[in-house]
Amino acid sequence: MRKSSAMVPYLIWMALFIVIPLLLVVYYAFTVTTPEGTTWSFENFTRFFEPIYLRVLWRSLALALISTLICLLLGYPVAMIMAGNAFSRKNVIMLLFVVPMWMNFLLRTYAWLAILERNGFLNVLLSSLSLPRLNILYTNAAVILGMVYNFLPFMVLPIYSVLSKIDKGVVEAAGDLGANSVKVFTRVIFPLSLPGVVSGITMVFMPALTTFVISRLLGGGQFTLIGNLIEQQFLVVGDWGFGSAISMVMIILILLSMAIMSFFEDEDKEATLW
Amino acid sequence: MVKFLQRCYVYLIFVFLYMPIAVLMVYSFNDSRSRGTWGGFTLRWYVELFQDRTIMTSLYYTLLIGVSASLIATIIGTVAALGIHNSRGWKKKLVMNVTYIPVLNPDIVTAISLMILFVFARVRLGFVTLLLAHITFNIPYVILSVLPKLRQLNKHLYEAALDLGATPGQAFWKVIIPEIMPGIVTGMLLAFTLSIDDFVVSFFTTGSGVSTLSITAYSMARRGINPKINALSTIMFVFVLVLLVIVNIRQEREHKKGRGGKNGSKRQDRGYSSEFGDSQFGSEWV
Repeated sequence: MRKSSAMVPYLIWMALFIVIPLLLVVYYAFTVTTPEGTTWSFENFTRFFEPIYLRVLWRSLALALISTLICLLLGYPVAMIMAGNAFSRKNVIMLLFVVPMWMNFLLRTYAWLAILERNGFLNVLLSSLSLPRLNILYTNAAVILGMVYNFLPFMVLPIYSVLSKIDKGVVEAAGDLGANSVKVFTRVIFPLSLPGVVSGITMVFMPALTTFVISRLLGGGQFTLIGNLIEQQFLVVGDWGFGSAISMVMIILILLSMAIMSFFEDEDKEATLW
Repeated sequence: MVKFLQRCYVYLIFVFLYMPIAVLMVYSFNDSRSRGTWGGFTLRWYVELFQDRTIMTSLYYTLLIGVSASLIATIIGTVAALGIHNSRGWKKKLVMNVTYIPVLNPDIVTAISLMILFVFARVRLGFVTLLLAHITFNIPYVILSVLPKLRQLNKHLYEAALDLGATPGQAFWKVIIPEIMPGIVTGMLLAFTLSIDDFVVSFFTTGSGVSTLSITAYSMARRGINPKINALSTIMFVFVLVLLVIVNIRQEREHKKGRGGKNGSKRQDRGYSSEFGDSQFGSEWV
Protein backbone atom coordinates (compact mmCIF):
# COMPACT_ATOMS: atom_id res chain seq x y z
CA MET A 1 0.00 0.00 0.00
CA ARG A 2 2.78 2.40 0.84
CA LYS A 3 5.10 1.29 -1.90
CA SER A 4 5.56 3.13 -5.15
CA SER A 5 7.08 -0.02 -6.63
CA ALA A 6 3.52 -1.11 -7.41
CA MET A 7 3.78 0.87 -10.61
CA VAL A 8 6.73 -1.12 -11.96
CA PRO A 9 4.65 -3.61 -14.01
CA TYR A 10 2.77 -0.68 -15.51
CA LEU A 11 5.99 1.12 -16.36
CA ILE A 12 7.37 -1.95 -18.08
CA TRP A 13 4.13 -2.30 -20.02
CA MET A 14 4.14 1.32 -21.13
CA ALA A 15 7.83 1.21 -22.05
CA LEU A 16 7.14 -1.82 -24.22
CA PHE A 17 3.92 -0.74 -25.87
CA ILE A 18 4.06 3.05 -25.90
CA VAL A 19 7.63 4.32 -25.68
CA ILE A 20 9.44 1.74 -27.81
CA PRO A 21 6.80 1.85 -30.60
CA LEU A 22 7.12 5.64 -30.78
CA LEU A 23 10.91 5.33 -30.94
CA LEU A 24 10.45 2.84 -33.77
CA VAL A 25 8.32 5.40 -35.61
CA VAL A 26 11.13 7.93 -35.25
CA TYR A 27 13.65 5.32 -36.41
CA TYR A 28 11.68 4.44 -39.53
CA ALA A 29 11.05 8.09 -40.32
CA PHE A 30 14.76 8.89 -40.39
CA THR A 31 16.01 5.83 -42.25
CA VAL A 32 15.82 4.65 -45.82
CA THR A 33 16.23 1.03 -46.73
CA THR A 34 17.74 0.20 -50.09
CA PRO A 35 19.02 -3.17 -51.34
CA GLU A 36 22.46 -2.08 -50.12
CA GLY A 37 21.27 -1.63 -46.56
CA THR A 38 19.66 0.85 -44.19
CA THR A 39 20.97 4.40 -43.91
CA TRP A 40 20.01 7.49 -41.96
CA SER A 41 18.32 10.02 -44.16
CA PHE A 42 15.92 12.96 -44.31
CA GLU A 43 14.53 11.69 -47.58
CA ASN A 44 11.17 10.71 -46.11
CA PHE A 45 10.65 14.24 -44.87
CA THR A 46 11.82 16.02 -48.01
CA ARG A 47 9.47 13.81 -49.98
CA PHE A 48 6.56 15.05 -47.89
CA PHE A 49 7.22 18.58 -49.13
CA GLU A 50 6.44 17.64 -52.72
CA PRO A 51 3.40 19.52 -54.09
CA ILE A 52 1.01 16.52 -54.13
CA TYR A 53 1.57 15.82 -50.46
CA LEU A 54 1.57 19.48 -49.46
CA ARG A 55 -1.83 19.73 -51.11
CA VAL A 56 -3.07 16.88 -48.92
CA LEU A 57 -1.67 18.60 -45.84
CA TRP A 58 -3.27 21.88 -46.86
CA ARG A 59 -6.63 20.23 -47.50
CA SER A 60 -6.53 18.45 -44.13
CA LEU A 61 -5.70 21.67 -42.30
CA ALA A 62 -8.38 23.61 -44.16
CA LEU A 63 -11.13 21.04 -43.55
CA ALA A 64 -10.17 20.67 -39.88
CA LEU A 65 -10.15 24.45 -39.39
CA ILE A 66 -13.50 24.95 -41.13
CA SER A 67 -15.11 22.18 -39.08
CA THR A 68 -13.66 23.61 -35.88
CA LEU A 69 -15.02 27.04 -36.74
CA ILE A 70 -18.50 25.67 -37.53
CA CYS A 71 -18.45 23.69 -34.28
CA LEU A 72 -17.57 26.85 -32.38
CA LEU A 73 -20.30 28.91 -34.05
CA LEU A 74 -22.93 26.21 -33.55
CA GLY A 75 -21.72 25.05 -30.16
CA TYR A 76 -21.08 28.26 -28.25
CA PRO A 77 -24.76 29.31 -28.24
CA VAL A 78 -25.75 25.79 -27.17
CA ALA A 79 -23.32 25.92 -24.25
CA MET A 80 -24.57 29.38 -23.28
CA ILE A 81 -28.22 28.40 -23.42
CA MET A 82 -27.56 25.29 -21.36
CA ALA A 83 -25.61 27.27 -18.78
CA GLY A 84 -28.48 29.79 -18.62
CA ASN A 85 -31.93 29.18 -17.24
CA ALA A 86 -33.86 28.13 -20.35
CA PHE A 87 -34.10 24.56 -19.11
CA SER A 88 -35.19 23.44 -15.69
CA ARG A 89 -33.77 19.91 -15.92
CA LYS A 90 -30.22 20.62 -17.01
CA ASN A 91 -28.91 17.15 -16.16
CA VAL A 92 -31.33 15.50 -18.56
CA ILE A 93 -30.47 17.97 -21.32
CA MET A 94 -26.74 17.40 -20.86
CA LEU A 95 -27.28 13.65 -20.84
CA LEU A 96 -29.25 13.90 -24.09
CA PHE A 97 -26.31 15.75 -25.52
CA VAL A 98 -23.81 13.09 -24.56
CA VAL A 99 -25.79 9.98 -25.56
CA PRO A 100 -25.11 10.15 -29.33
CA MET A 101 -21.39 10.30 -28.56
CA TRP A 102 -21.64 6.86 -27.06
CA MET A 103 -22.78 5.36 -30.29
CA ASN A 104 -19.96 3.71 -32.17
CA PHE A 105 -18.02 6.41 -34.03
CA LEU A 106 -17.96 4.38 -37.20
CA LEU A 107 -21.68 3.71 -37.20
CA ARG A 108 -22.40 7.38 -36.50
CA THR A 109 -20.45 8.30 -39.62
CA TYR A 110 -22.06 5.49 -41.58
CA ALA A 111 -25.48 6.87 -40.64
CA TRP A 112 -24.80 9.96 -42.73
CA LEU A 113 -24.19 7.71 -45.70
CA ALA A 114 -27.79 6.56 -45.42
CA ILE A 115 -28.99 10.15 -45.26
CA LEU A 116 -26.85 11.75 -47.95
CA GLU A 117 -26.74 9.12 -50.67
CA ARG A 118 -28.53 9.56 -53.97
CA ASN A 119 -31.72 7.82 -52.87
CA GLY A 120 -31.15 8.53 -49.21
CA PHE A 121 -33.34 10.07 -46.58
CA LEU A 122 -32.45 13.67 -47.42
CA ASN A 123 -33.27 13.37 -51.11
CA VAL A 124 -36.51 11.50 -50.43
CA LEU A 125 -37.45 14.27 -48.03
CA LEU A 126 -36.48 16.99 -50.49
CA SER A 127 -38.35 15.49 -53.42
CA SER A 128 -41.44 14.87 -51.32
CA LEU A 129 -41.39 18.60 -50.62
CA SER A 130 -40.83 19.02 -54.39
CA LEU A 131 -37.48 20.69 -53.77
CA PRO A 132 -34.41 20.08 -55.95
CA ARG A 133 -32.26 17.07 -54.98
CA LEU A 134 -28.94 17.55 -53.27
CA ASN A 135 -25.93 15.39 -54.03
CA ILE A 136 -23.29 16.32 -51.52
CA LEU A 137 -22.05 12.82 -50.70
CA TYR A 138 -18.39 12.34 -51.65
CA THR A 139 -17.62 16.07 -51.54
CA ASN A 140 -15.85 18.42 -49.12
CA ALA A 141 -19.21 19.40 -47.70
CA ALA A 142 -20.01 15.84 -46.67
CA VAL A 143 -16.64 15.44 -44.96
CA ILE A 144 -17.10 18.69 -43.04
CA LEU A 145 -20.63 17.67 -42.09
CA GLY A 146 -19.31 14.36 -40.78
CA MET A 147 -16.64 16.11 -38.73
CA VAL A 148 -19.05 18.65 -37.26
CA TYR A 149 -21.52 15.92 -36.42
CA ASN A 150 -18.95 13.73 -34.70
CA PHE A 151 -17.06 16.41 -32.83
CA LEU A 152 -19.67 19.05 -31.93
CA PRO A 153 -20.14 17.73 -28.37
CA PHE A 154 -16.41 18.14 -27.73
CA MET A 155 -16.83 21.85 -28.35
CA VAL A 156 -20.01 22.29 -26.32
CA LEU A 157 -19.05 20.40 -23.17
CA PRO A 158 -15.86 22.27 -22.15
CA ILE A 159 -17.43 25.64 -22.93
CA TYR A 160 -20.52 24.69 -20.96
CA SER A 161 -18.47 23.59 -17.98
CA VAL A 162 -16.61 26.92 -17.87
CA LEU A 163 -19.72 29.02 -18.48
CA SER A 164 -21.70 27.31 -15.75
CA LYS A 165 -18.98 28.18 -13.24
CA ILE A 166 -19.01 31.92 -13.99
CA ASP A 167 -20.11 33.90 -10.94
CA LYS A 168 -23.58 35.30 -11.69
CA GLY A 169 -22.65 38.32 -9.55
CA VAL A 170 -20.01 39.39 -12.07
CA VAL A 171 -22.56 39.41 -14.86
CA GLU A 172 -25.07 41.31 -12.75
CA ALA A 173 -22.42 43.80 -11.68
CA ALA A 174 -21.58 44.52 -15.30
CA GLY A 175 -25.26 45.19 -15.96
CA ASP A 176 -25.55 47.43 -12.87
CA LEU A 177 -22.56 49.40 -14.05
CA GLY A 178 -24.40 50.21 -17.25
CA ALA A 179 -23.22 47.63 -19.77
CA ASN A 180 -25.86 46.54 -22.25
CA SER A 181 -26.25 42.83 -22.98
CA VAL A 182 -23.92 42.94 -26.00
CA LYS A 183 -21.21 44.55 -23.89
CA VAL A 184 -21.76 42.14 -21.04
CA PHE A 185 -21.15 39.34 -23.50
CA THR A 186 -18.13 40.75 -25.32
CA ARG A 187 -16.40 42.23 -22.28
CA VAL A 188 -17.35 39.83 -19.49
CA ILE A 189 -18.84 36.48 -20.46
CA PHE A 190 -16.79 35.68 -23.55
CA PRO A 191 -13.38 36.57 -22.03
CA LEU A 192 -14.21 34.49 -18.97
CA SER A 193 -15.21 31.52 -21.12
CA LEU A 194 -11.98 31.55 -23.14
CA PRO A 195 -10.38 28.57 -21.37
CA GLY A 196 -13.39 26.46 -22.36
CA VAL A 197 -13.26 27.77 -25.92
CA VAL A 198 -9.56 26.95 -26.12
CA SER A 199 -9.96 23.36 -24.96
CA GLY A 200 -13.03 22.97 -27.17
CA ILE A 201 -11.07 24.11 -30.21
CA THR A 202 -8.20 21.75 -29.39
CA MET A 203 -10.55 18.84 -28.86
CA VAL A 204 -12.30 19.33 -32.19
CA PHE A 205 -9.28 20.30 -34.24
CA MET A 206 -7.09 17.35 -33.24
CA PRO A 207 -9.39 14.48 -34.20
CA ALA A 208 -10.59 16.39 -37.26
CA LEU A 209 -7.03 16.75 -38.49
CA THR A 210 -6.13 13.10 -37.98
CA THR A 211 -9.29 11.29 -39.06
CA PHE A 212 -9.23 8.92 -41.98
CA VAL A 213 -12.57 7.20 -41.47
CA ILE A 214 -14.80 10.19 -42.11
CA SER A 215 -12.98 11.16 -45.28
CA ARG A 216 -12.97 7.57 -46.50
CA LEU A 217 -16.66 6.90 -45.92
CA LEU A 218 -18.16 10.30 -46.72
CA GLY A 219 -15.48 11.64 -49.04
CA GLY A 220 -15.28 8.51 -51.12
CA GLY A 221 -12.13 6.68 -52.15
CA GLN A 222 -10.52 9.44 -54.17
CA PHE A 223 -10.59 11.84 -51.26
CA THR A 224 -7.28 11.90 -49.43
CA LEU A 225 -6.55 13.56 -46.11
CA ILE A 226 -3.36 13.27 -44.11
CA GLY A 227 -4.87 10.38 -42.12
CA ASN A 228 -5.70 8.50 -45.33
CA LEU A 229 -2.17 9.09 -46.55
CA ILE A 230 -0.74 7.46 -43.43
CA GLU A 231 -3.19 4.57 -43.69
CA GLN A 232 -2.21 4.00 -47.34
CA GLN A 233 1.51 4.02 -46.58
CA PHE A 234 1.12 1.36 -43.93
CA LEU A 235 -1.61 -0.86 -45.31
CA VAL A 236 -1.42 -0.48 -49.09
CA VAL A 237 1.97 0.84 -50.20
CA GLY A 238 3.98 -0.65 -47.35
CA ASP A 239 6.33 2.34 -47.16
CA TRP A 240 6.80 2.53 -43.40
CA GLY A 241 9.50 5.18 -43.59
CA PHE A 242 7.30 7.66 -45.41
CA GLY A 243 4.27 6.76 -43.28
CA SER A 244 6.29 7.31 -40.10
CA ALA A 245 7.57 10.64 -41.39
CA ILE A 246 4.01 11.82 -42.10
CA SER A 247 2.95 10.66 -38.62
CA MET A 248 5.78 12.69 -37.12
CA VAL A 249 4.77 15.76 -39.09
CA MET A 250 1.24 15.28 -37.79
CA ILE A 251 2.40 14.97 -34.18
CA ILE A 252 4.46 18.14 -34.59
CA LEU A 253 1.44 19.94 -36.02
CA ILE A 254 -0.65 18.87 -33.07
CA LEU A 255 1.99 19.86 -30.54
CA LEU A 256 2.27 23.22 -32.30
CA SER A 257 -1.46 23.84 -32.21
CA MET A 258 -1.56 22.84 -28.54
CA ALA A 259 1.29 25.22 -27.78
CA ILE A 260 -0.53 28.03 -29.59
CA MET A 261 -3.73 27.26 -27.71
CA SER A 262 -2.03 27.16 -24.31
CA PHE A 263 -0.38 30.47 -25.16
CA PHE A 264 -3.83 31.99 -25.61
CA GLU A 265 -4.96 30.45 -22.40
CA ASP A 266 -2.05 31.90 -20.43
CA GLU A 267 -2.72 35.30 -21.93
CA ASP A 268 -6.21 35.06 -20.64
CA LYS A 269 -5.12 34.05 -17.17
CA GLU A 270 -2.84 37.05 -17.01
CA ALA A 271 -5.58 39.31 -18.21
CA THR A 272 -7.92 38.21 -15.46
CA LEU A 273 -5.27 38.49 -12.79
CA TRP A 274 -5.51 42.24 -12.29
CA MET B 1 -39.90 34.65 -25.78
CA VAL B 2 -36.12 34.61 -25.61
CA LYS B 3 -36.31 31.41 -23.61
CA PHE B 4 -38.58 29.91 -26.25
CA LEU B 5 -36.11 30.74 -29.03
CA GLN B 6 -33.26 29.38 -26.96
CA ARG B 7 -35.08 26.12 -26.42
CA CYS B 8 -35.91 25.87 -30.11
CA TYR B 9 -32.23 26.29 -30.98
CA VAL B 10 -31.16 23.53 -28.61
CA TYR B 11 -33.95 21.26 -29.90
CA LEU B 12 -32.76 21.89 -33.46
CA ILE B 13 -29.25 20.81 -32.46
CA PHE B 14 -30.77 17.70 -30.90
CA VAL B 15 -32.55 16.95 -34.16
CA PHE B 16 -29.19 17.25 -35.92
CA LEU B 17 -27.57 14.90 -33.39
CA TYR B 18 -30.31 12.29 -33.28
CA MET B 19 -31.65 12.30 -36.83
CA PRO B 20 -28.97 10.02 -38.30
CA ILE B 21 -29.41 7.49 -35.52
CA ALA B 22 -33.18 7.65 -35.82
CA VAL B 23 -33.01 7.22 -39.61
CA LEU B 24 -30.81 4.12 -39.20
CA MET B 25 -33.20 2.68 -36.64
CA VAL B 26 -36.24 3.22 -38.84
CA TYR B 27 -34.47 1.79 -41.90
CA SER B 28 -33.48 -1.28 -39.92
CA PHE B 29 -37.18 -2.22 -39.81
CA ASN B 30 -37.80 -1.30 -43.44
CA ASP B 31 -38.85 -4.16 -45.68
CA SER B 32 -37.47 -2.60 -48.85
CA ARG B 33 -34.05 -2.81 -50.41
CA SER B 34 -34.22 0.69 -51.81
CA ARG B 35 -33.75 2.80 -48.72
CA GLY B 36 -35.78 5.75 -49.85
CA THR B 37 -39.15 4.08 -49.78
CA TRP B 38 -40.95 2.47 -46.88
CA GLY B 39 -41.85 -1.09 -47.75
CA GLY B 40 -43.51 -2.06 -44.50
CA PHE B 41 -42.31 -3.26 -41.13
CA THR B 42 -40.00 -6.25 -40.99
CA LEU B 43 -37.54 -7.99 -38.70
CA ARG B 44 -35.88 -9.63 -41.70
CA TRP B 45 -32.60 -7.70 -41.32
CA TYR B 46 -32.32 -8.72 -37.70
CA VAL B 47 -32.79 -12.36 -38.63
CA GLU B 48 -30.21 -12.06 -41.41
CA LEU B 49 -27.88 -10.25 -39.03
CA PHE B 50 -27.91 -13.13 -36.59
CA GLN B 51 -27.44 -15.64 -39.40
CA ASP B 52 -24.44 -13.78 -40.79
CA ARG B 53 -21.42 -15.82 -39.79
CA THR B 54 -18.91 -12.96 -40.30
CA ILE B 55 -20.86 -10.53 -38.14
CA MET B 56 -21.44 -13.08 -35.39
CA THR B 57 -17.73 -13.98 -35.29
CA SER B 58 -16.81 -10.31 -35.03
CA LEU B 59 -19.38 -9.86 -32.27
CA TYR B 60 -17.73 -12.73 -30.42
CA TYR B 61 -14.27 -11.18 -30.82
CA THR B 62 -15.53 -7.72 -29.88
CA LEU B 63 -16.99 -8.96 -26.62
CA LEU B 64 -14.06 -11.26 -25.86
CA ILE B 65 -11.52 -8.49 -26.46
CA GLY B 66 -13.69 -5.94 -24.63
CA VAL B 67 -14.10 -8.08 -21.52
CA SER B 68 -10.55 -9.40 -21.30
CA ALA B 69 -8.85 -6.12 -22.21
CA SER B 70 -10.90 -4.15 -19.69
CA LEU B 71 -10.33 -6.73 -16.94
CA ILE B 72 -6.56 -6.90 -17.46
CA ALA B 73 -6.31 -3.13 -17.89
CA THR B 74 -8.28 -2.65 -14.67
CA ILE B 75 -5.91 -4.87 -12.69
CA ILE B 76 -2.71 -3.32 -14.08
CA GLY B 77 -4.19 0.17 -13.92
CA THR B 78 -5.43 -0.09 -10.33
CA VAL B 79 -2.09 -1.44 -9.10
CA ALA B 80 -0.31 1.29 -11.05
CA ALA B 81 -2.59 3.95 -9.58
CA LEU B 82 -1.74 2.76 -6.06
CA GLY B 83 1.95 3.04 -6.93
CA ILE B 84 1.57 6.45 -8.54
CA HIS B 85 -0.39 7.71 -5.56
CA ASN B 86 2.45 6.73 -3.25
CA SER B 87 5.26 8.10 -5.40
CA ARG B 88 6.60 11.63 -5.29
CA GLY B 89 8.63 14.11 -7.29
CA TRP B 90 10.11 13.46 -10.71
CA LYS B 91 9.11 9.81 -10.69
CA LYS B 92 5.44 10.69 -10.38
CA LYS B 93 5.75 13.37 -13.06
CA LEU B 94 7.45 10.94 -15.43
CA VAL B 95 4.80 8.27 -14.97
CA MET B 96 1.93 10.73 -15.38
CA ASN B 97 3.49 12.05 -18.56
CA VAL B 98 3.82 8.54 -19.96
CA THR B 99 0.20 7.92 -18.95
CA TYR B 100 -0.93 10.91 -20.98
CA ILE B 101 0.89 9.86 -24.17
CA PRO B 102 -1.80 7.45 -25.44
CA VAL B 103 -4.52 9.82 -24.24
CA LEU B 104 -3.12 12.73 -26.22
CA ASN B 105 -1.68 10.90 -29.21
CA PRO B 106 -3.97 10.69 -32.23
CA ASP B 107 -5.47 7.20 -32.52
CA ILE B 108 -3.79 6.62 -35.83
CA VAL B 109 -0.32 7.26 -34.39
CA THR B 110 -0.91 4.86 -31.50
CA ALA B 111 -2.20 2.39 -34.05
CA ILE B 112 0.68 2.52 -36.52
CA SER B 113 3.33 2.58 -33.79
CA LEU B 114 1.89 -0.60 -32.27
CA MET B 115 1.64 -2.19 -35.69
CA ILE B 116 5.31 -1.39 -36.34
CA LEU B 117 6.24 -2.89 -32.97
CA PHE B 118 4.36 -6.12 -33.58
CA VAL B 119 5.68 -6.60 -37.08
CA PHE B 120 9.18 -5.59 -35.98
CA ALA B 121 9.08 -8.14 -33.13
CA ARG B 122 7.68 -10.73 -35.54
CA VAL B 123 4.50 -11.27 -33.58
CA ARG B 124 1.82 -12.50 -35.95
CA LEU B 125 -0.97 -9.93 -36.18
CA GLY B 126 -4.18 -11.39 -34.81
CA PHE B 127 -6.02 -11.94 -31.58
CA VAL B 128 -2.99 -11.52 -29.29
CA THR B 129 -1.82 -8.26 -30.84
CA LEU B 130 -5.36 -6.92 -30.81
CA LEU B 131 -5.69 -7.74 -27.12
CA LEU B 132 -2.31 -6.19 -26.24
CA ALA B 133 -3.19 -3.02 -28.15
CA HIS B 134 -6.56 -2.69 -26.42
CA ILE B 135 -5.05 -3.21 -22.98
CA THR B 136 -2.46 -0.55 -23.79
CA PHE B 137 -4.89 2.20 -24.68
CA ASN B 138 -7.26 1.21 -21.84
CA ILE B 139 -4.85 1.33 -18.90
CA PRO B 140 -4.45 5.13 -18.76
CA TYR B 141 -8.20 5.59 -18.47
CA VAL B 142 -8.39 3.16 -15.57
CA ILE B 143 -5.56 5.03 -13.83
CA LEU B 144 -7.24 8.38 -14.41
CA SER B 145 -10.45 6.96 -12.92
CA VAL B 146 -8.85 5.42 -9.83
CA LEU B 147 -6.42 8.23 -8.92
CA PRO B 148 -9.06 10.79 -7.91
CA LYS B 149 -10.62 8.20 -5.58
CA LEU B 150 -7.25 7.59 -3.95
CA ARG B 151 -6.81 11.31 -3.48
CA GLN B 152 -10.15 11.56 -1.72
CA LEU B 153 -9.19 8.70 0.55
CA ASN B 154 -8.63 9.58 4.20
CA LYS B 155 -4.92 9.06 4.81
CA HIS B 156 -5.45 7.75 8.31
CA LEU B 157 -7.98 5.11 7.32
CA TYR B 158 -5.28 2.54 6.61
CA GLU B 159 -3.46 3.26 9.87
CA ALA B 160 -6.72 3.12 11.80
CA ALA B 161 -7.37 -0.34 10.35
CA LEU B 162 -3.89 -1.46 11.43
CA ASP B 163 -4.40 0.00 14.92
CA LEU B 164 -7.64 -1.93 15.20
CA GLY B 165 -5.73 -5.15 14.62
CA ALA B 166 -6.01 -5.72 10.89
CA THR B 167 -3.04 -7.19 9.08
CA PRO B 168 -1.69 -5.02 6.23
CA GLY B 169 -3.34 -7.41 3.80
CA GLN B 170 -6.70 -7.18 5.52
CA ALA B 171 -6.44 -3.40 5.78
CA PHE B 172 -5.78 -3.23 2.07
CA TRP B 173 -8.48 -5.64 0.90
CA LYS B 174 -11.18 -4.73 3.44
CA VAL B 175 -10.63 -0.99 3.77
CA ILE B 176 -8.72 0.54 0.88
CA ILE B 177 -10.18 -1.48 -1.99
CA PRO B 178 -13.84 -0.98 -0.98
CA GLU B 179 -13.16 2.75 -0.61
CA ILE B 180 -11.78 3.11 -4.14
CA MET B 181 -14.15 0.55 -5.67
CA PRO B 182 -16.38 3.13 -7.42
CA GLY B 183 -13.33 4.45 -9.27
CA ILE B 184 -12.25 0.95 -10.24
CA VAL B 185 -15.69 0.02 -11.57
CA THR B 186 -16.05 3.27 -13.49
CA GLY B 187 -12.60 2.74 -14.97
CA MET B 188 -13.49 -0.77 -16.04
CA LEU B 189 -16.78 0.29 -17.64
CA LEU B 190 -14.97 3.11 -19.40
CA ALA B 191 -12.29 0.71 -20.64
CA PHE B 192 -14.93 -1.74 -21.86
CA THR B 193 -16.80 0.96 -23.77
CA LEU B 194 -13.62 2.34 -25.31
CA SER B 195 -12.65 -1.13 -26.36
CA ILE B 196 -15.99 -1.80 -28.03
CA ASP B 197 -16.00 1.62 -29.65
CA ASP B 198 -12.48 1.45 -31.00
CA PHE B 199 -11.94 1.18 -34.69
CA VAL B 200 -8.64 2.78 -35.67
CA VAL B 201 -6.29 0.90 -33.34
CA SER B 202 -8.03 -2.43 -34.02
CA PHE B 203 -7.92 -1.84 -37.75
CA PHE B 204 -4.13 -1.60 -37.76
CA THR B 205 -3.27 -4.21 -35.15
CA THR B 206 -5.44 -7.12 -36.20
CA GLY B 207 -4.61 -9.81 -38.70
CA SER B 208 -6.59 -11.93 -41.10
CA GLY B 209 -9.40 -13.93 -39.60
CA VAL B 210 -9.80 -11.80 -36.47
CA SER B 211 -12.17 -8.90 -36.87
CA THR B 212 -14.18 -6.74 -34.50
CA LEU B 213 -17.65 -5.36 -35.18
CA SER B 214 -16.20 -1.93 -36.03
CA ILE B 215 -13.87 -3.43 -38.61
CA THR B 216 -16.62 -5.56 -40.14
CA ALA B 217 -18.97 -2.58 -40.26
CA TYR B 218 -16.24 -0.52 -41.93
CA SER B 219 -15.59 -3.02 -44.66
CA MET B 220 -19.33 -3.42 -45.28
CA ALA B 221 -19.93 0.33 -45.23
CA ARG B 222 -17.23 0.88 -47.83
CA ARG B 223 -19.34 -1.16 -50.20
CA GLY B 224 -22.34 1.09 -49.50
CA ILE B 225 -25.45 0.90 -47.38
CA ASN B 226 -26.35 -2.46 -45.94
CA PRO B 227 -29.59 -3.01 -44.02
CA LYS B 228 -27.81 -5.49 -41.75
CA ILE B 229 -25.53 -2.72 -40.51
CA ASN B 230 -28.62 -0.66 -39.74
CA ALA B 231 -29.93 -3.47 -37.57
CA LEU B 232 -26.52 -3.86 -35.97
CA SER B 233 -26.35 -0.11 -35.23
CA THR B 234 -29.76 -0.19 -33.61
CA ILE B 235 -28.78 -3.05 -31.33
CA MET B 236 -25.47 -1.44 -30.42
CA PHE B 237 -27.07 1.91 -29.71
CA VAL B 238 -29.65 0.36 -27.41
CA PHE B 239 -26.93 -1.66 -25.69
CA VAL B 240 -24.72 1.39 -25.09
CA LEU B 241 -27.74 3.35 -23.92
CA VAL B 242 -28.47 0.73 -21.28
CA LEU B 243 -24.81 0.74 -20.21
CA LEU B 244 -24.86 4.52 -19.98
CA VAL B 245 -28.00 4.52 -17.86
CA ILE B 246 -26.36 2.06 -15.46
CA VAL B 247 -23.23 4.23 -15.19
CA ASN B 248 -25.37 7.27 -14.54
CA ILE B 249 -27.47 5.62 -11.88
CA ARG B 250 -24.23 4.63 -10.19
CA GLN B 251 -23.07 8.22 -10.29
CA GLU B 252 -26.34 9.54 -8.96
CA ARG B 253 -25.93 7.23 -5.99
CA GLU B 254 -22.33 8.35 -5.59
CA HIS B 255 -23.45 11.92 -5.76
CA LYS B 256 -25.98 11.39 -3.01
CA LYS B 257 -23.33 9.77 -0.85
CA GLY B 258 -21.12 12.82 -1.16
CA ARG B 259 -18.98 14.32 -3.83
CA GLY B 260 -19.82 12.81 -7.20
CA GLY B 261 -17.43 10.40 -8.76
CA LYS B 262 -16.30 10.53 -12.26
CA ASN B 263 -18.24 10.31 -15.36
CA GLY B 264 -17.66 7.88 -18.08
CA SER B 265 -16.66 10.14 -20.86
CA LYS B 266 -15.34 9.06 -24.16
CA ARG B 267 -11.81 8.59 -25.18
CA GLN B 268 -11.87 11.59 -27.40
CA ASP B 269 -12.09 13.92 -24.40
CA ARG B 270 -8.32 13.69 -24.29
CA GLY B 271 -7.48 17.35 -24.85
CA TYR B 272 -9.96 18.47 -22.29
CA SER B 273 -9.01 16.09 -19.54
CA SER B 274 -5.34 16.81 -19.92
CA GLU B 275 -5.82 20.52 -19.74
CA PHE B 276 -7.83 20.35 -16.60
CA GLY B 277 -5.65 17.82 -14.83
CA ASP B 278 -6.49 14.27 -14.05
CA SER B 279 -8.30 15.14 -10.84
CA GLN B 280 -11.11 16.65 -12.85
CA PHE B 281 -10.92 14.11 -15.61
CA GLY B 282 -14.30 14.35 -17.20
CA SER B 283 -15.91 15.40 -13.96
CA GLU B 284 -17.95 18.08 -15.65
CA TRP B 285 -19.41 15.69 -18.16
CA VAL B 286 -23.01 14.57 -18.27
